[in-house]
Amino acid sequence: MAKKKIRIRAKMKGDVTEIKALMSHPMETGLRKNKKTGEKIPAHFIQDVICEHKGTQVLVAHWGVAISKNPYLAFKFTGAAKGDTIKVSWSDNKGESASAEAKIG
Amino acid sequence: MKRRSFLKGTVASSMLGVAASAGLLTPQSVLAAWPKAAFEAKSVDGGMEAALGSSDAIESGDIKIKAPDIAENGAVVPITISTGISGVESIAIFIEKNPIPLASSYDLGPTTQGFISCRVKMGKTSDLIAVVKSDGKLYSAKKMIKVTIGGCGG
Repeated sequence: MAKKKIRIRAKMKGDVTEIKALMSHPMETGLRKNKKTGEKIPAHFIQDVICEHKGTQVLVAHWGVAISKNPYLAFKFTGAAKGDTIKVSWSDNKGESASAEAKIG
Repeated sequence: MKRRSFLKGTVASSMLGVAASAGLLTPQSVLAAWPKAAFEAKSVDGGMEAALGSSDAIESGDIKIKAPDIAENGAVVPITISTGISGVESIAIFIEKNPIPLASSYDLGPTTQGFISCRVKMGKTSDLIAVVKSDGKLYSAKKMIKVTIGGCGG
């Protein structure tokens, strides 16, 4: 099982903060078959990603199985200051979840 | 992570997985409702209806899709959607020829800009459709992406 890790990079340019997040997750579609046994590999994918700044949700992502393995997400928002904490958390269809925090630099 | 809780978590989640795949348990998120119906729709219109409430989108030149013209590996297609439309509430990404066209949808906060970048899987050559919801109206743009090796089979 892969480690549940989120790598976040948060950078300010002018008054716009750009967040880049990289998560490790298999993102199984449920359509693939195990080549040896011929059995279907059950779906296992991130459904929700929530990005918070000071407790306010700046972005809520709903993902389907079409998001690539080890998903990457980037977005921009305004109204943050340097040193603020940004929190990214995800939950998947098996009820697993992970979260990480980073400081805006 | 503590080893004990890690093991426990693994067992519990694998059991959950079995239950979920058997259709006994519907996974639900606590904070924001995952639009299940939208991710089950087999058509772009159906998915749009379920995710955004309407399938009536006006084509807009103010939505830019940055993606490769030819994707060599359909398993990882980097895409960036950016728009100059103000007051964007949500952005949805559809891939027309995928088994489930809706790839992802994003709800944006009031300070969030109309900019999303992510990586998607594509089964075969298809149109990628970006739909932006602003002020209750839907705007869309599309781009054809050629795929040489599909990313959905196995």
